[in-house]
Amino acid sequence: MSMVIFVLLRLAPGNIVDILFATGGYVNDADKAAIVRELGLDRPIWVQYVGWLRELASGDLGKSYRYDVPAWQLIRPLIPVTVELAILSTLIAVLIGVPTGVVSAARQDSVVDHALRIFSLAGLSMPSFWLGMVIILALVAGAGWIPPVTYVSASENLPLHLAQFLLPALAVGYRSSALILRMTRSTLLEVLHEDYVRTARAKGQRGWLVVCRHALSNAILPVLTVIGVEFAFLIGGLVVTETVFNLPGVARFLVQAVLWRDYPVVQNLVLFIAIVVILSNLLVDLLYAWLDPRVRYA
Amino acid sequence: MPDAEAVARGAVATGRVEARGPARPGSTLIWFCRRKPLGAIGASMILLMVLTALLAEPLSTHDPIATDAEHTLASPSARHWFGSDHLGRDIYSRIVHGARVSLIVGVGSTVLGSLLGGVIGLLSAYFGGRIDLSAQRVLDILQGLPLLVLALVMCAALGPSIPNVIVAISVPIIPRAARVIRASVLSIREMPYIEAARALGAQHLRLAFRHVLPNTIGPFIVLATAQLGSAVLVEASLSFLGLGVPEPYPSWGRMLSGSAAEYARSAPWLVLFPGIAISLAVFGSNLLGDALRDTLDPRLRGTS
Repeated sequence: MSMVIFVLLRLAPGNIVDILFATGGYVNDADKAAIVRELGLDRPIWVQYVGWLRELASGDLGKSYRYDVPAWQLIRPLIPVTVELAILSTLIAVLIGVPTGVVSAARQDSVVDHALRIFSLAGLSMPSFWLGMVIILALVAGAGWIPPVTYVSASENLPLHLAQFLLPALAVGYRSSALILRMTRSTLLEVLHEDYVRTARAKGQRGWLVVCRHALSNAILPVLTVIGVEFAFLIGGLVVTETVFNLPGVARFLVQAVLWRDYPVVQNLVLFIAIVVILSNLLVDLLYAWLDPRVRYA
Repeated sequence: MPDAEAVARGAVATGRVEARGPARPGSTLIWFCRRKPLGAIGASMILLMVLTALLAEPLSTHDPIATDAEHTLASPSARHWFGSDHLGRDIYSRIVHGARVSLIVGVGSTVLGSLLGGVIGLLSAYFGGRIDLSAQRVLDILQGLPLLVLALVMCAALGPSIPNVIVAISVPIIPRAARVIRASVLSIREMPYIEAARALGAQHLRLAFRHVLPNTIGPFIVLATAQLGSAVLVEASLSFLGLGVPEPYPSWGRMLSGSAAEYARSAPWLVLFPGIAISLAVFGSNLLGDALRDTLDPRLRGTS
């Protein structure tokens, strides 16, 4: 993984030095060569790669080419923003996705079912960054409220901070809720056809109680997997959403670093994202085994 | 004239075959529309997009890249149906031409990604063993990254141009395609007719491409339709971030970036129309993809 990221980045035409000089507006070939040498960009790719791995192993994430400070120092303050946004979005996705999925399955092929499915498919079809822009526009036009342009921390102004996070979380969460709705609906439909559900109905339990207590508890497990898989999907959504809402998170920073060809920052961020995704999948697998006694890992 | 008679009889015979030939897809189509009205709506939305892309010149009212200093940020009117942007470019004409870019990138990357993934999946499942194992690990690596992040890095690495965007978007599709095709090849490989073909002395490549591959076409179509929507969406996101389709090609995603956000408060049509175009295109392919999956994948029939 690390190798793929590394080689890809080095293949890119144009490096940081070219960009720095282009924006500086003057070109002095001797200066340029000196900077290239200083950053080690003139060494063969594999030497650079081994150098990076050695630094990683010793806990050093390298220095940002652009800001000339350790990459970790730049990334660390951004993590809470992205984590908060990811958690809020997942919460919203679950809060929208699971209940609509349950209703959709319980009222299969009814008007409500079709309406909910179209609602969720629409969420899946709208780019989250566009949805975010439309939400802002609607708020400005309808309520005359202009969201803050700069980041407001929680300690500074809690309500404003929450409002600032809730909008992007809503845009991303609505999109993610579509997958949760589908999964809830299809697993619940499967479970609803099982014998024990019929038994519960035959005993005279009420329709909704059967659906929510008997069926849902067994149908929710695959949904959990989707929430885990969703996480990767969600981070992809955050890349654009953080940019639209101007939130200083990891994803927005990644875009900027990519545009600047700031290799140490990009490769560390991408590696970081990959690790988070893999860990979240592992966590879900473990949770799955813990919740479902039928699944046991040897 | 026995010869002529034979020819005539042959013509009648082939005529009958021909009459039956076109009738069958037609009735299948009607059956599909009746059975899956949502899928039919999706299909017609895609068709509309294809037609728009093909007929972009006659359909547009202005040159999509011509600027007009006197009519900047014009609101929607008879002259500019969807208004104009900060350089006076006609939004409607740009959206019509943008359909072409979106379609080329969407279809191009989907086809490229599914084909590469399909071949990897086919060979991986067909030969199994060590080849399968190593291919799967490489795909695991690719799948560990979110689609957009991978496409973003690829795009930055390759530089902005339409072919590069296609390649960048196709890479994240490869592992998905390979997974689906591999799973279906694994079951097809054990079918009796494969054994029969092998008994007849067919070589590996012939078996794989002639006998196994055509039978994976169902899952393949489902996969490609489902991926088309997300490819269009990723293209829009990349262009929005300034890493996708370069100027001067009108791209829906880029129409939403930079200047659009800046002027959005006074000129909301800058934001509304391109976003609606993206959403409709993706919505159409999602509807069609769902309906095709339900129709072609018997395991899901009735549940989803």
